Amino acid sequence: MDPIILEAKQINKYFHDPVTVQVLKEITFSIRKSEFVSIIGKSGCGKSTLLYILSTMDTDYEGQLFIDGQSIRGKKEAELAFIRNEKIGFVFQFHYLLNEFSVLRNVMLPGLKLGKYSEKEIEHRAYEKLRILGIENEAFKNPNQLSGGQKQRVAIARALINDPLVIMGDEPTGNLDKKNSEIVFEIFQQLAQEYHQSLLIVTHDNSFAERTHRIIEMEDGSIIRM
Amino acid sequence: MNVKLIIGVSRSLLRARLKQTMIAAIGVTFSITMFITLLSFMGGLNSMLDGLVINRTPHVRLYNEILPAKHQPIDMAPGYEEDYNFVSSVKPKNERADLRNSGAIIRTLRSDKRVLGVAPKINAQVFFNVGSIDLSGVVNGIDVEEENRLFTFSDYVVAGDFMDLKNTPNSIILGKALAEKMLASVGDMVQITTSRGERIQLKVVGYFQSGLQDIDKVQSYTSLSTTQKMLGVPNSYITDLQVKLTDLNEAPDVAKEMESTFGVEAIDIQTANSQFETGSFIRTLISYAVGITLLVVAGFGIYNILNMMIYEKMDSIAILKATGFSGKDVNRIFITIAMTIGLVGGVFGLLFGLGLSAVIDQIPFNTEALPTIKTYPVNYNPKFYIIGGIFSLVTTYFAGYFPSRKASKIDPVIIIRGK
Repeated sequence: MDPIILEAKQINKYFHDPVTVQVLKEITFSIRKSEFVSIIGKSGCGKSTLLYILSTMDTDYEGQLFIDGQSIRGKKEAELAFIRNEKIGFVFQFHYLLNEFSVLRNVMLPGLKLGKYSEKEIEHRAYEKLRILGIENEAFKNPNQLSGGQKQRVAIARALINDPLVIMGDEPTGNLDKKNSEIVFEIFQQLAQEYHQSLLIVTHDNSFAERTHRIIEMEDGSIIRM
Repeated sequence: MNVKLIIGVSRSLLRARLKQTMIAAIGVTFSITMFITLLSFMGGLNSMLDGLVINRTPHVRLYNEILPAKHQPIDMAPGYEEDYNFVSSVKPKNERADLRNSGAIIRTLRSDKRVLGVAPKINAQVFFNVGSIDLSGVVNGIDVEEENRLFTFSDYVVAGDFMDLKNTPNSIILGKALAEKMLASVGDMVQITTSRGERIQLKVVGYFQSGLQDIDKVQSYTSLSTTQKMLGVPNSYITDLQVKLTDLNEAPDVAKEMESTFGVEAIDIQTANSQFETGSFIRTLISYAVGITLLVVAGFGIYNILNMMIYEKMDSIAILKATGFSGKDVNRIFITIAMTIGLVGGVFGLLFGLGLSAVIDQIPFNTEALPTIKTYPVNYNPKFYIIGGIFSLVTTYFAGYFPSRKASKIDPVIIIRGK
């Protein structure tokens, strides 16, 4: 059995504005290493909210969260930033590439921040990630010269640069056409099968979810299937 | 490692907004340029105006003031010492105007380490006889070499050679305005009547111009011995001792000490010319105020540009934070941007300031009143450059502080979910 890398225990979350609403109710689940998990549910069921709590970016919740066996509660902002840098890779609906940097540099940035390898090595590794995703020819282009699908692949390469414990995706195919969505899904599948990368993807695309290892379905802030 | 990364990110953000950042930097450059130019020019002007007085004024002047005796005999008479005695119509007694025992005083002063030099002087009221008219004037008997060494006498001699005063017997250097009044040119003889009625002929060997019309109209210089001969007094007769100190600021203390040691009147330069110090101080204060105002305005420019940049780069900041940059890193990135603007703008400002000061230094400035000044005075004091440099960095730091703090507080969840 693979070790548990991410564990949520009785997570509750409220929105207070304009009236107090409970958006997450007693969420408890865990993810093991090299699992490919999708979270589905209707709009407003709280799936994205849950993802941002799991990503450590949202700290306003009740309950316990463990990443790699470490409790996240009470950690300082800089420590959380370090955890995100080292252990979590992000892919959002929008690519969020920095137009001031080349594609390669965009991929390198989180690696440079972590500073585990020398700049030369990080550059080599970034190039390697781009090669896995089939876009090594675009390495020295500016992000705004790329197509939407290519940009999303660059974003995935950026998420991979520090060999994260888990990749989190918030509707990573939400902005893409059928063909590009397919490419992105295949990349995720390849990462899961060949590289045993753990993935946690929020989506409302049921055909996408059905092809993952495990589906967590949410409704009105609670998990109804997992 | 981290520093290099932060500088790299800052540089890219700066480049993306090159025009605006350049305008911000130009704002700093302009203000620093004006700051340096203003202070250099004001500094030059101040030292010139101070020089008019301070270079020519002794730091301590020893003289014998004709005063009524401080202690009247009744105060010492037995039985009256304790009383408060009123004596009306007290008059000074007939005393000689010279300093008693001047030779010994000069020797003592010259061996004092705090004293740079001592120039003896004789002040004599005379009449210049021009045809049937007598013009009242003053003859200053001076030790020519000492006077020149301590008070740059030669700077003010505009015609003739000041050393002729020593080398030619019975010679005189007239104030320029006085010479014009008397129609006396260099080489002419002038006739002088002393206050005792003795007449003497002196040869004009030069003109001097102090820049103060009232002085130039009445003053003239001769050597010590000429004046002594003219007055018929022995060569120990000295009315003033002009003392120049190594440190101007010691003057009040030294003056007090000399007064009690030698039993003469002593006045220090600070007391004699307090208005000049006040004038310089106010002028400097105004220049600093204007310079700092300019810098603050430039600071607001930087603040605006950084704020704009932060709004524009909200997404980038959010993703940097999502991928592991802490609030502190983001803060440092924007502070680096602000400081870069300040540094680049400041360095150019210092260079342009130096250039502009040098240009002003070349502009001709001829005035009757100031014979030694040919161009506008400029003071290249490195202090101005250090202050300007530090101020440019401090202002830009504060201009960058609040925008940077705002950037560091951006919540990536709000930005990312907002899309």
